[in-house]
Amino acid sequence: MVACGAGEEREEAPAEGSTVGVTDDSVTIGAHFPLTGVAAPGYSEIPSGHQAYYDFVNANGGVHGRQIEFIVRDDAYNPTNTSQVTNELVLSDEIFAMVAGLGTATHSAVVDFLNGEEVPDLFVSSGSLQWGDAPADRPYTFGWQTDYESEGKIIGQWVAENMPDAKVGLFLQDDDFGRDGEKGARQFIEDQIVEVQRYQSGNTDVAPQIAALQAAGADVILGFNVPSYTALSQLTALRLNYKPTWFYSNVGSDPALVGSLLARFSEGAVTDGSRLLDGVLTTEYIPGVDAPDNPWMKLWQRVWDEHGGEGELTNYRVYGMSQAYTFVQALQAAGQDLTREGIVAAIEEHGGGFEGPALAPFRFSADSHMGISGMQVVRLQGGVGEELTPVLVTDIGDAPIEEDDSAAEDAPPDSGIPDQPAG
Amino acid sequence: MDRLLGRSTLRRHLTLAVLGMLVVVVVLESTGPFRNAQFASMAYYGIAGAGLTILIGLNGQISLGHGAFMAIGAYTAALMLQGGDPLPLPVILLAAALVTLVAGAVVGVAAARLHGPYLAGATLALAVAVPGIPVYFSGTLGGEQGLNVRVPDIPPWFADAVFFVTGQDMSRSRYLGYLGWFCLVVTFVLLANLARGRVGRTWRAVRDNEVAAELAGIDLGRARVLAFVVSATCAGLAGGLLALSARIAAPSGFTLTLSLLLLSAIVLGGLGTLTGALIGAAMLTFVPQLVTGLGQDLGLTDVRAAELAPLTYGLVTMLVVLFAPAGIVGGIRAAAARRRAVKTSGTSKEARKDEAMDEIRGVTGDRHPGGGVRRG
Amino acid sequence: MQQLITTVLTGLTLGAVYAAFALALVLIWRATRIVNFAQAPMAMITTYIALVLIDAGMSYWVGFAAALVSGLVLGALVERFVIRHLTGKSEINAVILTLGLFIVIHALAALIFGARYRSFPAPFGLRGFQVGDTTIALTGFGVFTILSVVGVMVLLVLLFRGTDVGLRMRASAFNQEMARLLGVRVGRMLTLGWALAAVVGSLSGLLIAGGGLVHPSYMDGVVVYGFVAAVLGGLDSPPGAVAGGVILGLSLSLVSGYVGSELVPLASLVILMAVLLVRPGGLFAQVRERRV
Repeated sequence: MVACGAGEEREEAPAEGSTVGVTDDSVTIGAHFPLTGVAAPGYSEIPSGHQAYYDFVNANGGVHGRQIEFIVRDDAYNPTNTSQVTNELVLSDEIFAMVAGLGTATHSAVVDFLNGEEVPDLFVSSGSLQWGDAPADRPYTFGWQTDYESEGKIIGQWVAENMPDAKVGLFLQDDDFGRDGEKGARQFIEDQIVEVQRYQSGNTDVAPQIAALQAAGADVILGFNVPSYTALSQLTALRLNYKPTWFYSNVGSDPALVGSLLARFSEGAVTDGSRLLDGVLTTEYIPGVDAPDNPWMKLWQRVWDEHGGEGELTNYRVYGMSQAYTFVQALQAAGQDLTREGIVAAIEEHGGGFEGPALAPFRFSADSHMGISGMQVVRLQGGVGEELTPVLVTDIGDAPIEEDDSAAEDAPPDSGIPDQPAG
Repeated sequence: MDRLLGRSTLRRHLTLAVLGMLVVVVVLESTGPFRNAQFASMAYYGIAGAGLTILIGLNGQISLGHGAFMAIGAYTAALMLQGGDPLPLPVILLAAALVTLVAGAVVGVAAARLHGPYLAGATLALAVAVPGIPVYFSGTLGGEQGLNVRVPDIPPWFADAVFFVTGQDMSRSRYLGYLGWFCLVVTFVLLANLARGRVGRTWRAVRDNEVAAELAGIDLGRARVLAFVVSATCAGLAGGLLALSARIAAPSGFTLTLSLLLLSAIVLGGLGTLTGALIGAAMLTFVPQLVTGLGQDLGLTDVRAAELAPLTYGLVTMLVVLFAPAGIVGGIRAAAARRRAVKTSGTSKEARKDEAMDEIRGVTGDRHPGGGVRRG
Repeated sequence: MQQLITTVLTGLTLGAVYAAFALALVLIWRATRIVNFAQAPMAMITTYIALVLIDAGMSYWVGFAAALVSGLVLGALVERFVIRHLTGKSEINAVILTLGLFIVIHALAALIFGARYRSFPAPFGLRGFQVGDTTIALTGFGVFTILSVVGVMVLLVLLFRGTDVGLRMRASAFNQEMARLLGVRVGRMLTLGWALAAVVGSLSGLLIAGGGLVHPSYMDGVVVYGFVAAVLGGLDSPPGAVAGGVILGLSLSLVSGYVGSELVPLASLVILMAVLLVRPGGLFAQVRERRV
């Protein structure tokens, strides 16, 4: 342990990189999340997952002797607020890095500012392509989750191969989540699509959209939507007695959450919420609460039991912990002399080899800042995902889809804290 | 005070403006980039609030939809900043104001026919309708993601001039601070002159008694439309500045909440006064951070602490409306008027006290007739 | 064809909810000349009260009744302790006061109940009725929604037209001084008006929540559309509120299904402006009679 009594030690920091937010015994990071407003349900749980994992790491001595301090600021999912709270985080709180700022519209308001100020902008909580596809323009920004276009490709190919005669309808959120997913899927099932319907988040009556899909005779529906709209679309289909095969993107499928939402409607309609989702197809890129025996889930449960706040362990919190795990890996890879430039270089150099909960490896390199490279197709049965394919990895554009199970077998270290990578 | 500032209204306002600008320079130069950015936000809230407070306080028309006008200004500015070689910022901001002026005229003509809750309903619908337009025309207006805005480079002459005076390099947030406050001072001077002059008297006459105003030869419709247009133009300018400060124009930035917050801010400050708009803007800018920090210090979770800001806001708004309906400015003025009345007793002073009281009453106004269909 | 029927029926059910909400606004407007923007969060909080009871194992109808009763109490309390202190002030202050209340209740609900989605049960089936081979988009709960709104309207008409209390409420709303001279206890009538309105508002909250998801902002859309419906009908007229609600629900559903859901708010603006430009006092305005 380095002596950490004297606070003036900062002057000795190496001259070649910025050490804002770093002291000998702490590193301060921040993020913007919707803690209030319409987007708060669900998303506001992600930072509590981060916090629990950082508390766990801090209780075990931190990383390179530094405690991780995580500042969360509320932007209410409003880009104007995101700008203001990011100003506050960067200019007033003087964070070392932004970690896991959430939302496409919100984060795109600050991504150029962060790069202009040379603040590492790590593991954005959004599957938009723009975080990783142009590292030359945005050298400090990194994606994390599988991007929506790659997901669309994997879903599209699976449908084309397994349901070549199906008439496909698309149920899309009206933003680039829906648009990127559509673009990926169209690479494979352009001629199978019979109807496209978009919904506005906030407008909770989706009956007109589902009725239009039904009228077009779609028998497979690909949904690029958030979990509450999975529940709403299921309820509406029930009302219309419409029984297509549903294929929800990973974002919207969370069987635990959707199941608990639907479980309520027992009177005359649904006896068991998760049963209602039986046969629904979806994708997975990290293990979730439906697999309590998975070693990663055992770790997350332990962390949550020891350091979590109020409430259950949910998939949103698992998502936050999985991101936090990646950040801790990045900190370790950046070494003892932590600088902003250093952590970016470390992720570019070592990120492709990070072993973590993700089923597929990261695509991090000097040429790409895209996150997790793939996912597997699963069918929900009794609230649990049954694997239908091996892990499929791909990239944006016309990159091929390949099988790659190499990362799926990664198991967490006994300590629960990632080992320092060699070199 | 009168001798110091001069007798002529315009000269007095200009003197105040120069003094105000000096204060702005001192404040912006002595604070860091984060505070500079906050002051830039305060400037656009102040401009939008000033326009709204003129409309409601002086003309008696309510608008729950000023966020929509800010959106129009913001999108105009964002569109003009898309190319690689944008026009100078003053031109862009002027364009944002002008486009909104046209939109304000269209809405104003319709609004002039409506009263009380009917006007409130129409502007409320406007506030939720406008953000849907960029989503529909997602090709040019960027859809749900909005349009990203790059602040153009600081003009070298400006950076040099400021360096010459202050000896400090110009940061981008300080530049936006200067830009915002310059616009604010110009807007306030124009509005103050308008309110003090013939137009302002017309507006007040229409607000206080329609029949009397009409008998005096005032065209009610024209007075209302003009007030609406002026107010919307301010909101458009504010929207342009917001797009620059937030670096984005996106539908989710112009929710109903924005319109309602603006409204409550000017009520808190004191309806009908420009100072009140400025105080309201300061509260919009600084209170959320303050209260959230306080909540976290008290050991609340982040999620709960985040709810404290709206809670405080709503509570203060309610208390002000119930117990100090003239807002902060009105309260201070009333106190000052009372003190003057106690201290002195001369006819001229009495007259001035009456004037002050009159202004307060105009604000809280029992003189508004009830809502509904006022004229058959 | 089936798509059209589905869209229309959905619009009708939705319209019934807007109508209930608009009715509540009209009641308060008639009683106190105030548009209560806090109607939505008041209904939201009573729905949460029902949800807490149902979560504790009580039956749906216990929760339902509890929500209506707490609506009654809440409405009376708000009138007595908040709105009463406004008398004689300008209408803009009333608008802002209820907006402040809106923000406060909203934040309180998020603090107390948390900002997560919860599902709210429905007492009747959520499957559409079978007609021959096709399923129409009308559920048991949808029928219940429409019937209860019609029922409430009938009850209100009976109350105002046929009972002594109703007459006194109308008198207090029409002219407070006159009513006082005639021995009507105006204050009590105003409190009663708010309480009744809040009950109707709570009902609309329960009807929207039934078979759907509840979170602190779930009524926000209804604030706008319910208000637009009330204005559309003419704020003084209960039948106008119901007509406005149904017209709005139907049109918005058709726009959402056939044009695009992003244009729904714009459509509501266009409909409202079109109606108001022809009739500035709303569809059912009794012009001149109520010059206040």
